[in-house]
Amino acid sequence: MKKGTLTGLGCLGALLVGALIFGFSIQGIYNDVIAREQDVQSKWAQVENVYQRRADLVPNLVATVRGYAEHESAVLQAVTASRAQVGSVKLSPEVLNNPAEFQSFQQAQAGLSGALSRLLLVVERYPDLKANQGFLELQSQLEGAENRIAVERKRFNESAQAYNTRIRQFPAVLVARFFGFSEKQYFQSAPGAETAPVVDFSK
Amino acid sequence: MTIRHNLWRTLFLSVAAILTVSGPGLTRDIPKLERRVTDLAGILTADQAAALEAGLQALEDSDSTQIALLIIPSLDGDPLEDFSERVATAWKLGGKGRDNGALLLIAMKERSVRIEVGYGLEGALTDALSGRIIEYEIVPAFRTGDYHSGIRAGLDAMTQAARGEYSAPRRPRDGRTGNSSSPGRLLIFLLVPLLWFVSVSGLWGGGIVGAGAGAYLAYALAGALLIPILAGGALGAVVGAIAGALIRSAARSGRLTRRGGLGGPFRTGGRGPFGSGGFSGGSFGGGSFGGGGFLGGGGTFGGGGASGRW
Repeated sequence: MKKGTLTGLGCLGALLVGALIFGFSIQGIYNDVIAREQDVQSKWAQVENVYQRRADLVPNLVATVRGYAEHESAVLQAVTASRAQVGSVKLSPEVLNNPAEFQSFQQAQAGLSGALSRLLLVVERYPDLKANQGFLELQSQLEGAENRIAVERKRFNESAQAYNTRIRQFPAVLVARFFGFSEKQYFQSAPGAETAPVVDFSK
Repeated sequence: MTIRHNLWRTLFLSVAAILTVSGPGLTRDIPKLERRVTDLAGILTADQAAALEAGLQALEDSDSTQIALLIIPSLDGDPLEDFSERVATAWKLGGKGRDNGALLLIAMKERSVRIEVGYGLEGALTDALSGRIIEYEIVPAFRTGDYHSGIRAGLDAMTQAARGEYSAPRRPRDGRTGNSSSPGRLLIFLLVPLLWFVSVSGLWGGGIVGAGAGAYLAYALAGALLIPILAGGALGAVVGAIAGALIRSAARSGRLTRRGGLGGPFRTGGRGPFGSGGFSGGSFGGGSFGGGGFLGGGGTFGGGGASGRW
């Protein structure tokens, strides 16, 4: 009886320990994936912030340029239209789970980037405008916004890729499937679309 | 023999290669931050550098704002903004949470200058203002070849711009990297052995389930410590279970009282070595930074600032 009890206890303990370890690892993986997902989302919020910052500059920029370059209405309209396009794309972390929505977000932003760089090219023809203090400030702000976009996009991409890698690794992939974690979209660099407007300081 | 040797060598090399490649993909080394003025191009005399350093130190002493200057001979093809952001991020200028740091970067060969502004200074040292400082303070002197004057004027202007906003934590960065304070960690370290002990003595009382629950509780409280404590706890639970059973049967056959058993062999056998073994793995890497001199305070940067050329 003594020996039987001992063996029984041992088996029970081993089983229990096994179950515990199993539970612990699931919990650990789940929490890790959740933390990474949160990180992706907070980085995405930053991306949205900096894109918004750029979009907010557009009305002022258009108004300033219009004062000096009325004849460039086509370029100005293109900027305004793409600004409106950007504004119409809905923003939420859900975008990250939806390739189509993410694509349309990226396209809208790239459209605005293109329109803005065409605008800055046109501006080169108007020396008075280029000398205008208000315009210079806006130009600095626009450059700053573009640079911030580049930085936050890079950080977001790093975070999203780390998350995607994590949920595809072996034990984690089972947990991720079970709890329905899906891959996040991230920025693929489109040739030409992402270069910030080049501004020649040497005049 | 040699084959096996080569195998190990290959393995080692490939691991090393992976580690190198999977690093943060730097195309260019970030210069080490040792003082506020880092002149790798040899533009400034020692006296000039010391004076600038003193000025920047005075700013930090009074306002806690950290401004640093880096002069490099060439960017070697790196985009200015990219390199600048990497340097600023690596140097962590500005206080942690306050992010009140800024960097003045000068690349001689490219004739480019950039002011990189930390999150916390973006309101005071705006992009437009940074652009103006470059255009009106720095570039004119640089064009005449008077680098020292341009740098001094630029740093003065940055200092003035930064003044007055240093203490305002402007921008609540998401506190994702929630550093648990040391009292919290201390508590965990006190609680875990305690709960562990409770679980083991629960075992002694005969409740394996209680032991499991205790171990789980200890684990849950330990939170991020995960594996080491888990391993230690699990091992301890197994050994504790066996030891408990053994001691109990020994107590029965040897007519020891329960109380006597608890006072004697149990404490050393059940708790001693495993308890300590389990926790030694859970020590925290304090992330100590080597070297003396100037250190960034943990500030972060998001690409704010302005660039210019002369």
